[in-house]
Amino acid sequence: MSTYSFLIRRVLQALAVVLLVTVVVFCLLHALPGGPARGILGPQATASQIAAFNHEQGLDKPLPVQYVYYLNQLVHGDLGMSYTLNEPVSQLITERLPKTLLLTVLSAVVGLLVAVPLGVWQAVRRNKPVDYVITTLSFIAYSTPVYFLGLILVLVFSQVLPWFPAQAPQGNSVADVLSQPQGLVLPVVAGAATMVAVFSRYMRSATLENLTEDYVRTARAGGTRPRAILTRHVFRNSLTPVVAMLGYYIPVLFGGALVVEQLFNYPGMGLLFWTAAQSSDYPVLLGCVLVISVATVTGTLLADVLQRVIDPRVKAGRS
Amino acid sequence: MSSLTSLDGLAAKPERAASGTRLAVRRFLRNRLAVVGLGVVVFFVLFCFVGPLLYSTDQTHTLLQQVNQSPSGAHWLGTDAVGHDELGRLMYGGKVSLIVGLSAGVLATVIGTLWGAAAGYAGGWIDAVMMRVVDAGIAIPALFILLVVSAITTPDLTGLVLILGLISWLVPSRLVRAETLTLKNRDFVLTLRAIGGTHARAIIRHILPNSVSTVIVAATFQIADAILLVAYVSYLGLGVQPPSTDWGGMLSSGMTAAYSGYWWLIVPPGLAIILVVWAFNAIGDGLRDAFDVRGRA
Repeated sequence: MSTYSFLIRRVLQALAVVLLVTVVVFCLLHALPGGPARGILGPQATASQIAAFNHEQGLDKPLPVQYVYYLNQLVHGDLGMSYTLNEPVSQLITERLPKTLLLTVLSAVVGLLVAVPLGVWQAVRRNKPVDYVITTLSFIAYSTPVYFLGLILVLVFSQVLPWFPAQAPQGNSVADVLSQPQGLVLPVVAGAATMVAVFSRYMRSATLENLTEDYVRTARAGGTRPRAILTRHVFRNSLTPVVAMLGYYIPVLFGGALVVEQLFNYPGMGLLFWTAAQSSDYPVLLGCVLVISVATVTGTLLADVLQRVIDPRVKAGRS
Repeated sequence: MSSLTSLDGLAAKPERAASGTRLAVRRFLRNRLAVVGLGVVVFFVLFCFVGPLLYSTDQTHTLLQQVNQSPSGAHWLGTDAVGHDELGRLMYGGKVSLIVGLSAGVLATVIGTLWGAAAGYAGGWIDAVMMRVVDAGIAIPALFILLVVSAITTPDLTGLVLILGLISWLVPSRLVRAETLTLKNRDFVLTLRAIGGTHARAIIRHILPNSVSTVIVAATFQIADAILLVAYVSYLGLGVQPPSTDWGGMLSSGMTAAYSGYWWLIVPPGLAIILVVWAFNAIGDGLRDAFDVRGRA
């Protein structure tokens, strides 16, 4: 399969997945007891008030019609109006998304900066005490609920030792948030922990795999110093697939952001989603899930393409 | 039926499977972390299910005369905001966490196995459609789905297991599909088809038994993830209702108390979750190496 037909096929697959996500989310959000009207108008609303609300929001039409109507709006960039905040959902999301991206990108960068050297170190010292200790620690980090870790961080580094604020920086823009960097430390650490656990494992196995390759033996036979083999050949060949793995890791990053933002009261999309869930603000929930799914599908697509471009040995290897 | 059964015997190789299993057990027992993990799981099962028989506590009534007491001789891990003994509550809540986590993990593996085997065996456009459904599911993070569900309803325990199972079967389905793709063109499956065996028979009697090691490894990791997910459930507002509880519920309700210095309300359930999830991951890792199958890194 040529690279172009591979690209076209992958993009079409990605579009099909996004369409499926819209169907899934649409069905999920319409499977509500009493419908969204009950959630917005409260338990005291009369039947006629509910009927009026349903009519106004187009909720009395058959589901397939509502779905087509919804898709049409979507194509025009319209995600509907928030039930509770009285603002267009697209505007709410464009306001919050950059701040969530800031948090996730910072966590990912910090996570990688720690995970990559750890993984290489483990591979070089495999089956030595260091390897076992780091393996155990990364399993522990992986097994810790993010909110528990965040709570411990706040208790230790904000209550006992008053080093960092317990609340994330507030503000409407990324610049506002960045102007209070000390408030970002604990949220970023909490978000990066799982990342370190997972990616140090990836880096360890990628490095181990590359160390057994023929080119390593050739280089060693040719008298290249072990350190040079590691940094010049093995490291580069191991790092690229691991970085490409980031594309598959996007849903986990967003999941982490959801918890971290709620815990530290960080004004991003996760917190928006959380508040929307408390107030049954379905257009907001729908919009956020859609944006996150598109991000995930794009990430997976990029990772697949990247792996194919980087490594000619991967020829649509998955099917 | 009977003639086909004897042919099944020709196709599968029982002696090799048995010795393979013995080798795998030996390899597993040589993995120290995995054995420690197994010990931790056994300990917690005994702690939660036998423990209450030896250390009986009142976990239903509010005991206002003994709220928020720090650990002492009478209450080894102190008491919580309504006067329940924390050590007893750890056993009581652990039961729920373990049962829900195990059931949800097993359910997810069963759904994923059937889905993956069907997709891989069918191939063609059926496979393509089935796997795009999996992609779509993976594109929506589990925590977001759980939070949407919490906006709609508060399920009972069975409902909770169903919800967790239904959102986490995606990864095992991919693993089993990959395994099926390599198995479906092997001689023993082709032979069965040639002599008139049905597709269902090929999947159930030949492909699934040969994928057993992949499925067991996937199930172990799935249980670890499910127990971790259960810990998030109360935090997201889907938890079991008081006076019943689980480790995640203890952790969530202890969070505000932790700011008042009542560390004994969050550290024990937190450590219990970490230990059990760690243990299942270590066992899964050991099993994967022992069976020599591909799983997650």
